[in-house]
Amino acid sequence: MDSKESPNTRRDFLKLGTLGALAACGSACSCSSGASHEHKEVGKKVRLLSPDGEMVEIDESHLRHANHSVVSREEARIGIPGKKFVMVIDLAKCKNARKCVSACQKMHHIPEDKEWLSIKLMKDSEAGSPYWFPKTCFHCDNPPCVKVCPVDATFKRSDGLVLIDNERCIGCKFCMAACPYSTRVFNWDEPEVSPTVAALSYSPETSVPSKVGTVEKCDFCPDMVREGKLPDCVTACPNGVFYFGDENEDVVSNGDETIRFSQIIAERGGYRYAEDLGTKPRVYYLPPRDRIFPVERGLDGKSDELKERYKDILNPEK
Amino acid sequence: MKLNDKQTEALKAFAPQIESFTKPALIWVYALLIPMAIAAYALYVQVAEGHIVTGMRDNVVWGLYIANFIFFIGISYAGAVISGILHLLNVEWRKPIIRVAELITVIATIIGPIYILLCVGRLDRLHHLFIFARLQSPITWDVLAITTYLVGGVLFLYLAAIKDFAIYRDATELKLQNWRRKLYKVLALNYQDTPEQKKSIATSMNLLSIMIIPLAIIVHSVLSWIFGMTMRPGWHSTIFGPYFVLAAIYSGTGVLIIAMWIFRKVYRLKDYLLDKHFIYLGYIMMVLAAGYGYFTFSEYLTDWYSSEKWNSEVIDKLFDLNQYGWYFIFANFAGVVLPIFIVAIPKLRTPNLITIAASFMVLAMWVKRYLIVVPTLESPLFPMQDTRIEFVQYSPTWVEWALTAGGIATFLLLFTLASKFMTIIPISEFESEKHA
Repeated sequence: MDSKESPNTRRDFLKLGTLGALAACGSACSCSSGASHEHKEVGKKVRLLSPDGEMVEIDESHLRHANHSVVSREEARIGIPGKKFVMVIDLAKCKNARKCVSACQKMHHIPEDKEWLSIKLMKDSEAGSPYWFPKTCFHCDNPPCVKVCPVDATFKRSDGLVLIDNERCIGCKFCMAACPYSTRVFNWDEPEVSPTVAALSYSPETSVPSKVGTVEKCDFCPDMVREGKLPDCVTACPNGVFYFGDENEDVVSNGDETIRFSQIIAERGGYRYAEDLGTKPRVYYLPPRDRIFPVERGLDGKSDELKERYKDILNPEK
Repeated sequence: MKLNDKQTEALKAFAPQIESFTKPALIWVYALLIPMAIAAYALYVQVAEGHIVTGMRDNVVWGLYIANFIFFIGISYAGAVISGILHLLNVEWRKPIIRVAELITVIATIIGPIYILLCVGRLDRLHHLFIFARLQSPITWDVLAITTYLVGGVLFLYLAAIKDFAIYRDATELKLQNWRRKLYKVLALNYQDTPEQKKSIATSMNLLSIMIIPLAIIVHSVLSWIFGMTMRPGWHSTIFGPYFVLAAIYSGTGVLIIAMWIFRKVYRLKDYLLDKHFIYLGYIMMVLAAGYGYFTFSEYLTDWYSSEKWNSEVIDKLFDLNQYGWYFIFANFAGVVLPIFIVAIPKLRTPNLITIAASFMVLAMWVKRYLIVVPTLESPLFPMQDTRIEFVQYSPTWVEWALTAGGIATFLLLFTLASKFMTIIPISEFESEKHA
């Protein structure tokens, strides 16, 4: 598929192929079969669920992709005026459903073994009980990663986001050593992406496509945010764990409910992870009090590999 | 240029060294080309396939390469000791060894940064370091410091060699190819040993040796700050600057002793590189060993005693015999105790034993650099909770080992070639006994 025929197609939902995946991201992807005559047919058919609940098959070129304001690399350095993005993660609601993880991977076309968003099983003290802890980039206001970058490839924006320009990054990995939260991942080899994804025009706001020898990480989906939408991890979570919003407006939303940021932090004892490091994260956590799910639920139906990850916490004696 | 009796004698003695390659020397050079060829292939593999061919992964983002980088920049301090400190103090016995020391400095400063480049994911964007340079980044500090240091080292080596180039140029008895004589002529800058020329070389060298001391301190300080400026346990230490500087001078002295021993053996220089040179350098090594041991002790004692959780993770790895315990013991035994022991006891204070101690010490210093880099990166703040063993634990691959061996081979090769180009002991430094 020629990139000219698919302007600004950054979320290549076609690649996902399956009906289920399309249904899951239905809100982010709209289709208009037949309407766009300016597109040449490419001959590749895609099956979709129409708004009437019927299954239809249309040519790939007729698919109009949601979004996609790909701002230039220069614009992406500035930030969205007047905003101060903030995230609140409610640990009492997380049951390791991992929908956020897979949504993030889909959104950014990264493979399953690469997690910009990961879920840790935390246990604060010997007497404490373990709880699930989704970990995004904290988009620190005093970011150690940005300080050390020798080429200004990772930068802090006026709206609080810390992004990476992977066309400037030299891959020295100093930011990875400097980040105390192990947020950043490196493309150790040529990323496996479809030609369509590879042809997408890159912006630090979309972080797609990945490039070999460069660093990448959770970006808070600024391209979605620019359109007034919530980041994909927020909308993908079945339990409303993630709240995203604007600290200036003092509101955060998990898609179902919109609440006052300052109020929930005050009432629920919101905190930032490792506050003592002085990095001033823009991600707040609500303590895992009165949890909705027992921690074991997080392992139901999970692969052995996933269960293996948490064995040190679950069976501390061994 | 007129030579005094001592110089004439020395030139005669050193002529074979620079006139031709002996058969063993040729075999040696070809032997060095083997690891270099393997390294070239490893480099090709790494560039073609990406850093996936190394043992580095998202937690341990740096490994053998960075350890080698610190190591090579460390041994480059051989020259800083001799040309800087001993030159300023006008220590007479330094004269026969300045060239060896300066060669170590220049060659190691060339090889060291190559290892940083091997860590860089996008070599095609290296120019970004200059066009987008950010002064806040310790990497920029390093780029500036190391390039300045290299220029300083080359200048010092060259200034100290101008008189010798003039001697080679004028010595008709030397059997030299024409191109070499022409090259020496160019390099000698029309030096004719006039009083003004003598004076200007002496002044320049004094100035340079004053400059090279702060420069050397800056280079290893900013190098240590690549680690010290992060929030990582085992790295985030206020003494890292001086600790690294001292360790660098220390390992540089060790390599200088080893190099002198080898040259003395290979070029039969027993009349020039005397036992006293080894013993004096042994004293310097011993004092540095004590200082280095003190730094090491205070660094690990404070981390261990306060037992802050994140720090303890690294300390536990270093003290655990099933993890890095044996390496840690070796690094401190061979790196601190052995050199002090050998030099402190008069009976053991022989060139051979001092060289053996220096060899173990240099190896220990390399191990120590590895212990600084890897265990810290294996101890992130968040639990890794990763089932991919290569992400949890670093182990270098053949590519990294091949490039390590290749770097050492390149170091040796450049050293060998340099010793064929200029006498390993500066002829011009010999003073006539009649005047003395």
